[in-house]
Formats: sequence, structure tokens, C-alpha cells
Amino acid sequence: MGLDWQSVLTPLALSLRVAGLATAVSFLAAMLAAWLLARKRSSLPAFLDACCTLPLVLPPTVLGYYLILLVGRRGVVGQWLNEAGINLIFSWQGAVVAATVVVFPLIYKSARAALEQVDPHLENAARTLGASEWRVFVSVSLPLAWRGVFAGLMLAFARGMGEFGATLMIAGNIPGKTQTLALAIYDAFQSGNDLRATRLVLLTSLVCVGLLTAAEVLTSRQRRKQ
Amino acid sequence: MISVRLRKHFSCARTPFTLNVDYSIGPEQKRVAFFGPSGSGKSLTLHCLAGLVRPDSGRIRLGGQVLYDDAAKVFVPARRRRIGYMFQDYALFPHLTVLQNVAYARTGCLARLVRVGERDKAQAMLERFGIGHLAELRPDSLSGGQRQRVAMARALNADPQLLLLDEPFSALDTLLRERLRQELLEILAMLTIPAVIITHDPDDVDVFASGLILYNNGHARPVPEYRALRAGFASAGQCLRHLQEKTVFA
Repeated sequence: MGLDWQSVLTPLALSLRVAGLATAVSFLAAMLAAWLLARKRSSLPAFLDACCTLPLVLPPTVLGYYLILLVGRRGVVGQWLNEAGINLIFSWQGAVVAATVVVFPLIYKSARAALEQVDPHLENAARTLGASEWRVFVSVSLPLAWRGVFAGLMLAFARGMGEFGATLMIAGNIPGKTQTLALAIYDAFQSGNDLRATRLVLLTSLVCVGLLTAAEVLTSRQRRKQ
Repeated sequence: MISVRLRKHFSCARTPFTLNVDYSIGPEQKRVAFFGPSGSGKSLTLHCLAGLVRPDSGRIRLGGQVLYDDAAKVFVPARRRRIGYMFQDYALFPHLTVLQNVAYARTGCLARLVRVGERDKAQAMLERFGIGHLAELRPDSLSGGQRQRVAMARALNADPQLLLLDEPFSALDTLLRERLRQELLEILAMLTIPAVIITHDPDDVDVFASGLILYNNGHARPVPEYRALRAGFASAGQCLRHLQEKTVFA
């Protein structure tokens, strides 16, 4: 019984790539959203804040459906992308889009909470020292909220690794192309290949435990340093 | 010269509060004290002066410059006012070293990246306050007096045209307060720019003020002749109590 490494490592590599890119894109978007929404309080930001949290509570299939309406071949943005020669449906880039939307609230929520903990006196001090709002955010607020933001990033990456529903609807389940770990496990289980399923399950668990441990070690080391 | 005419209303707090002040501080009053009970609008006035709070209406002038004028739709943002602000808790950036704190006004988005010229300038500023040896430390390992000096060095390194001090000794015990008051007095004596200090300690007024603005429940009255009045009383506390009782706050 030889180990078929290819069938295990290909979905792992794809999952890491999808989760990594989704986390990076979500990070930038969440920072922008947190920065824009933290500074003004009225009913519009409250509504936008709710929209930013929505992917956390909606079933992934609902998100997948929305995304197909948005970036599908006949979708609002999809038509325009199609003309530019970009097709997200049944591609690994589509899986990135799905994972980005799913992990966004995890980063946004923890970043927002961490940013609100930052002493407003420190931000005001930076302003009186000539810093623009953007510089206040980048040089004072974000470094002081970094631990919360980092925790959100780690959660997002781990969640992105396990993304299933929305990915299946947008990117499908094409081995070697869009079949991530979560999809490969379902596929192996469905086709009765229990050995492969077991290997994939153990691998996924190992990677996620490793990630979360690394995150814990990193943040506690930082805590000691401060 | 500082001329202030302000209205700012808060209705969202438990008790609604209106700040309504109108006074001028002449150029001969180099050090002005805002004196009054907590919640009388002293800090809010300072925040408006610094541009951290936008008033509802009025006009603020500093020297020849209009910082705020609702009629002319002028609002100079805090970063362009060149007004140094020393916060009650000093508000030193905990993630930066003392030197990076002092150089903050002259660095970019990466506050840890201090150019060589700015490094020398910040170091010289620290030497001037006798704390050059603290440059590489983090603020949380400093004593209260050292923090005050760092905060002052940081504010002055931004080359301000006015210095605002928000209750610099409120969080300290009596003995430390005496010492820091003396230190601050020495530092202020080195400066040529005017300074405004908020306090509710009569002794602070005695030590620092060449001019006095009395605050009470959102209103303010300037007392330019404070020094002359003070001579007729045994203590600053008696003089200020007398003033507060006799002053009519419109």
C-alpha cells in the first residue's frame, strides 16, 4: 500500500494558497472598512457594520448564491469581467473570492474591537504632533491593536482552510484545479475511499492545530516583550 | 494673543452641557491658567483650541491666524495648528522608544524609522531636558517625572507656537506633585512660546499663572488683574475662592 502523496499534497497546496490569498485580500479590505467606520457614528455606519458582519451568520450556500449573482457569467460584475477575459466560476481564483467573503467578518470584527480599545488620547496626541488621519491609523492605532488584528488573521486563515459551501458553489469540485482539502475529504468519503479521507482529515487537523499554536506562541512572545 | 469665542453643546450625556465662552488673552500673559471645578469646560476649551473637537459655532484666533470660524467656514485641522498638547496621562506612545516618541512629529508612517538628522535633533532635545540616557527605553519603564519630560520634549520637537497643559499633576501624590511642579516651572522658563495650563489646584495657579481664566459650568471669566488681587490674600486658595464667589458667570 504505497502512499499517494500527490492526491494529498495537491489539495493541501491549493487550500494554503486560497486561504492565504483570501486572508491577505480580506485584511486590506477589513482595515479599510474598520478605519472608515470607526471614525463616524450614525445610522449609516451601523447598517454598513451589520453588512460587514453578515457573512458570519449567513449559510455559506447563501453567500455562494449571492456571489454567483455577482460574479457569475451573467452576473453584475461577472459580465464586465467576462469581457475582460476573466472567468471566476470553476476556477481557483473563484475559490479565493468565496473564501475572502467568508473570512472577512472574522478579521473585521476582531480588528474593530481591538482598534476601539486603543486609548483615544494617544491618537489625539499624534494629531497634535502633525499626523494625518491615515498616519495616526498606521503608526499608532494599528500597532497598538496589532495583537487583536493578528488573532483575527489567524482565525481567518484557519477558517479559509476549511471553507466548503461557498467554494463548492462557485469553484466547483475539480480535482487538481479547484478541489481544496475540505472538498477532497467530502469527495473521498462519498466515493468510499476511507483511507484517503482519513489521511486528509488528519492532515487538515494537523495544519490547523499547528497554525493556532504558532499564533499563540507568537502573540505571547510579543506580550512578554511589551 | 489668543481670542476665543465658542459654543459647544452636548445633549447625549446624562446631563446636557453647554460650553459658552468668549474672551481674549493678551500677549503680555505668557502663562495662563484655566481654573475651575471638574466638568466646567476647561478641557473642552483646550480640545477646541487644539482642533481635536469642532465647536458648534464661534471663532478662534491665535496671533494673526484664524483657526476656526463657523461664519467663514474655516476649520484648521489639529495637525496644521502647531499647538503642542500635553495630556493628563502624558499619552506617550507605548510601542515606541523615548527617542521615537520625541521624533514622532518628524517621521512618516513608519514611526520606528527615524532619519539620522532627526535622530540627532531628538537626542539633543532629550539632552536639553537632562534625559538623554533614556532614549532607547520604552515609556512604561519611566518614572512620572521622566514621562513628563519626555512628553514635553515630544511636544516641543514639533516646534509649536502654543503649548497646552491639561492638568499635568492630577494623577500624582502630593510630594511628587511638588517636585514635578518645580521641574515644569524650570522647563517653561526656558520657553519663549505662550502656555495655557488647566488646573483645579490653587497652588498651581500661584506658581504658573501670569493670567487667569475662571471656569464655572460651561462659562468663563478672564481675571487679568489676578497678580494684583492675589497680593491682598494670605493664600491662593482664599483668593480664588473669593474670586469664584464674587464673579458673575454670564
